[in-house]
Amino acid sequence: MQIFDIFLLEAVLNGLLLGGLLALLSLGLNLVFGVIDVVWICYAELIMIGMYAIYYFYVVFGWPLLLAMAAGVLLVAAAGAALHQFVIRPVLGAEPINQLLVTGGVLFFLQAAATLAFGIEFKNIGVTFPPIIVGDISFSMPRLIAFGVALAGMLGMYVFLKRTYLGTAIRAISQDRGIMPLMGVNPNRIFLLTSALGGGLAGLAACLLVLQYDIHPAIGLSFGPITFLICVLGGLGSMVGGFVAAFIFAQFISVGGFFLAVEWGYVIAFVFFIAVMFWRPQGIWGGK
Amino acid sequence: MSMATAKGTAAMLRLDGVSAGYSGFQALFDVSLEVRAGESVAVIGPNGAGKTTLLRAISKLIDVTAGDILMEGSSLKGVPAHEVIALGIAQVPEGRRLFARLNVEENLKMGAFLPAARPRHAERLKFVYSLFPRLEERSAQIAGTLSGGEQQMCAIGRALMSGPKLLLLDEPSAGLAPVVVQSIFDLVKRICAEGYTVLIVEQNIRQVLKVVDRAYLLETGRIKSSGAATELLASDEIRKAYLGI
Repeated sequence: MQIFDIFLLEAVLNGLLLGGLLALLSLGLNLVFGVIDVVWICYAELIMIGMYAIYYFYVVFGWPLLLAMAAGVLLVAAAGAALHQFVIRPVLGAEPINQLLVTGGVLFFLQAAATLAFGIEFKNIGVTFPPIIVGDISFSMPRLIAFGVALAGMLGMYVFLKRTYLGTAIRAISQDRGIMPLMGVNPNRIFLLTSALGGGLAGLAACLLVLQYDIHPAIGLSFGPITFLICVLGGLGSMVGGFVAAFIFAQFISVGGFFLAVEWGYVIAFVFFIAVMFWRPQGIWGGK
Repeated sequence: MSMATAKGTAAMLRLDGVSAGYSGFQALFDVSLEVRAGESVAVIGPNGAGKTTLLRAISKLIDVTAGDILMEGSSLKGVPAHEVIALGIAQVPEGRRLFARLNVEENLKMGAFLPAARPRHAERLKFVYSLFPRLEERSAQIAGTLSGGEQQMCAIGRALMSGPKLLLLDEPSAGLAPVVVQSIFDLVKRICAEGYTVLIVEQNIRQVLKVVDRAYLLETGRIKSSGAATELLASDEIRKAYLGI
């Protein structure tokens, strides 16, 4: 019984660590949707690009790891801004379904481009950490790092949105796009900045995932759907909702996986998702 | 804040034969008017006369198809909408258009978004709060939950945060309860008394003519007459058509 409790505790704590990472993943998607009203279906593919970038900077070019990661974040931030400028901006006035399809198209484009450019073999940056053992419980170091960095990233984003003029403008523009020029705000600049921030968050996620997972062109499929579900569960566009939903989802996966099998953890999480959608189609925190 | 306390003679804002409209629909025809520094001027007229279009054209939210708009002698041609406020023109839009889910203080902060306005944020916030103590009491309240009159104060305060030379007010009394309307006009009177140059458009003709210096009558997109507010209040044309006397 003693052993059982410790394993359960370990599952709960691992769920907490996973929750931090999932919360970071959902933050970027929610930020972009909340401000621009467009869902980046290709969000996880931006993370994939970031992971490859870090791999090439670090393993192939031999840059220091932190420099490679910083460059990766900047690159994905630039990719986010480019995505807005060249793909989203021309369809801003179009039907929502067209906006979805166009970012869906980018998803397939990025997957195919990555396959052509990098091949289908799995790549790993080969950085390993010893596990951290506290009493009878062991933690994976990359997960702990991911949790800490994800929380710091989210806190930074919160302070930015709450305290700065640009952050306030980002929150304001989602409420009334039309009068932003009367405040002296160029709406397109705010959209570009938001897209770069969303991309930067995807880049940050790439830094954390690259420590835990192999890189391959379809890795986005491992995170994209679950990130999207978490955003919808929390209320699409609600950053607080996404944060809470990420931790709920992670516990279902981790503890559910502990009682049954890992795959069952996902099944339980998705059943929970469907049940919530019947109860609150707008999501836990969604207002609309 | 406007420094013009004495009423100057030079036009601060001048419209020269301005035509404007929306795609396939012209709303303004050859409109000429001027607002001198320190003056308060109203554009009055019935619903659909083009009053809101006029202010939208001045703020460059819509394109001017003919004629020119000059602020302190320089043309607004080619100036994008988000740069108009940097020239000293702030607008309080129709329906107030507050950021409903931001609180009062954050709404006011958006009014000070211009890089040039940021260093003076604290000072102007103090000024706006001294003008509208109610806003200070409600500074942490979500703007969407304010009463109509408080929302109008917040919208005017937001425009003042940029330190404008010219304040454009679009139907400040629209959509407010009759008991609140009087207090809004008192408010406008105080803004004028503070030395701001004000251009206000209103359908509430009787009330607005009591607070402004001069007015233009706009009908179906054309200026029909103009004059001192007291003259217009006494004119047969206005009395018969708009005041029902």
